Amino acid sequence: MTAPAEQPPAAPAPSSSTGPASPRGAGLLARLREPWPDRRAERTLGAVSLLVGVCVIAMLVFVGVRAWPIFAHNGLSWLGPGGSLESQLGNMQATSVNPPAAAFHLRAWPLVYGTLLTTIVAVVLGMAIAVLSSIFIVELAPARLRALAIPVIRLLASVPSVIYGLIGILVLVPFVGNHLVTASEKASEQNVVELTGAGLGVAAVILTVMITPIMIALICEALTAAPTSWREGAVALGLNPLRALIAVTLRAIRPAIVAAAVLATGRALGEAVMIQMVSGGRSFSPNPGDGLIFFYEPLRTLASAIVDYHEGLGAPALRSALYAFAALLLFSAFALSIAGYLIKLPLRRYQTQG
Amino acid sequence: MSAFTPQYLPGGEPPNSGHGRRSSPWTWRWSDRLVLVCAWTAGIGLCLLSAAIVIYMGVRGIQYLRPGLLFTRPSVSTSQSQSGGFLDPLIGTALLAVIGIALAVPLAVCSAIWVAEYGRPSWLARVVESAIEIVAGTPDIVLALFGLAVFQLGLFAPLSFRAEGGGVFGRSFVAAGAMMSLIALPPLYAATRDGLLAAPAHLREAAFALGKTRIATIRRVLLPSVRSNIATGVTLGISRIVGDTAIVLLLLGETLHIEAQGSVPGLNVLRGTGSTLTTYVYDNSPAGEGAAPQKAYAAAFVLLVFVLCLNVLVDRIGRSHSRATGLALSGGAV
Repeated sequence: MTAPAEQPPAAPAPSSSTGPASPRGAGLLARLREPWPDRRAERTLGAVSLLVGVCVIAMLVFVGVRAWPIFAHNGLSWLGPGGSLESQLGNMQATSVNPPAAAFHLRAWPLVYGTLLTTIVAVVLGMAIAVLSSIFIVELAPARLRALAIPVIRLLASVPSVIYGLIGILVLVPFVGNHLVTASEKASEQNVVELTGAGLGVAAVILTVMITPIMIALICEALTAAPTSWREGAVALGLNPLRALIAVTLRAIRPAIVAAAVLATGRALGEAVMIQMVSGGRSFSPNPGDGLIFFYEPLRTLASAIVDYHEGLGAPALRSALYAFAALLLFSAFALSIAGYLIKLPLRRYQTQG
Repeated sequence: MSAFTPQYLPGGEPPNSGHGRRSSPWTWRWSDRLVLVCAWTAGIGLCLLSAAIVIYMGVRGIQYLRPGLLFTRPSVSTSQSQSGGFLDPLIGTALLAVIGIALAVPLAVCSAIWVAEYGRPSWLARVVESAIEIVAGTPDIVLALFGLAVFQLGLFAPLSFRAEGGGVFGRSFVAAGAMMSLIALPPLYAATRDGLLAAPAHLREAAFALGKTRIATIRRVLLPSVRSNIATGVTLGISRIVGDTAIVLLLLGETLHIEAQGSVPGLNVLRGTGSTLTTYVYDNSPAGEGAAPQKAYAAAFVLLVFVLCLNVLVDRIGRSHSRATGLALSGGAV
């Protein structure tokens, strides 16, 4: 992309390596050791790089082919509501090698709803925390604290999701189940679903902790890159420094903030293991009308359903359903990366203009 | 800061004189002060949170981790004192990291060199860049299902084994390692490319002036100068591989021990199944089948220590690199 503009001055062609094909084995090794002609090196490197593209296409094809039966039998209405998802997936698992057409019946709305719910709650919460703590790190924190905060937040980003899940399932879920959910709340939902503490609240909180560092990294970078002279102008006009930062700099880096949110959304959509561990593992749709209990109700997301049912991958119908979930996730990842690209366009323009 | 009580100033009115140049937060509108307090709370809160996670895991780890656990093989048992240690998961983690990095490094470094140094035609370079971006954005669970679909092809039967029915099992160290290489690819690629783009132009110009071809310049001058970038990328890649659960869960067969397939030594392990620290934690947590939280805590502690060490390593490499100024001609120039 950014190859230097000038061509290399007439390179003396290493003539020995362009001879006829040498015998294999030691000869091949010797040929590799010799300096390569530029043209061949370029082609080889290019071919290797294209492997990544081939991988992406293969991913689309393989996931698409295996997901096809679900789309063929349900159209796009498998995304909609209807019937009990648990029993549908159970039927799929129970069918043998040659499933009847009826076995492919699927209405996966609870999973789509659960995915949207956890993602939106986590991204909105995380966004607020990320913007505030980026302001803290870049502007407010004393130098010493800042030097401490950056590696600490990077650590938060690199803790494996299974450790978050473990803390969630062994610490947070029992805490919520024993102390926050009251007995009367449990009784009120007794006939619908069992409230153990695992559910939307715990999942969303941990997901927030997992995606916030990603957003902080991007927002901090943009905050430091924004020209300080703009803010100084605002301060000179009588705004206090913090208000100037919010009114001028934060507004200027809006594209970076949205890009951070897009990246975090992608991460939150695909989180499988942690959610599977702390969300209760029931294909239930939490109902916002239930008041506070809403946050204690169990759910399942597209990704966590794949983990839940991965042992049933041998059953063709269930396998097709799981690949359909994966296809949906893949499609959203695609859409998000296109959205991220489009959002970054104005950002790039303002950066090149200085 | 200031001595007088915080007063409710009507918005926009300039604060009293006598404060000097710095405006004191006490004279700000209360909504601004609220933002200030929230920002401090959020920043400090996040620091405290990660300290709490590390300390909690540390306490639990020291409580339950016995040195013997690291060297004994796991065994099936319902009681936590009988179920052995996690030697096999440790080896599995190391093996997967090695396979994943070994596959990812050539792929990532070649693409980074091609995109940064050649990149013609430019639309193809953009295709490669966006392909890597898409791989970076793909959830690991989707990569795992993709890997399963690929390695269950009859073509790849030698990489795992055939089940009784004739279907290919598709789960092995090679399969998981190949998908792990896709996980490690984006950070490695980004680190290498950034290093190449940041390499000063005079390095290339000097090499070209000496009559070097472009590829010779890359091999003898540029690659040595971005070595520390590649090292950073490798470390980041390893920490992503070590921390990944979904791929291992679906693609490594979830056997407690490393179970070799076939009789060729070395190759049989690669074809075989096993587990890693992450799946060990998962399986021993209440979410998995064996509810052995003590073992899960101990293994999670080891995992966290790994990740912490890798984090420190990334920091170290970055710092030493910034001191070395990128003029690493002495090492590789002929």
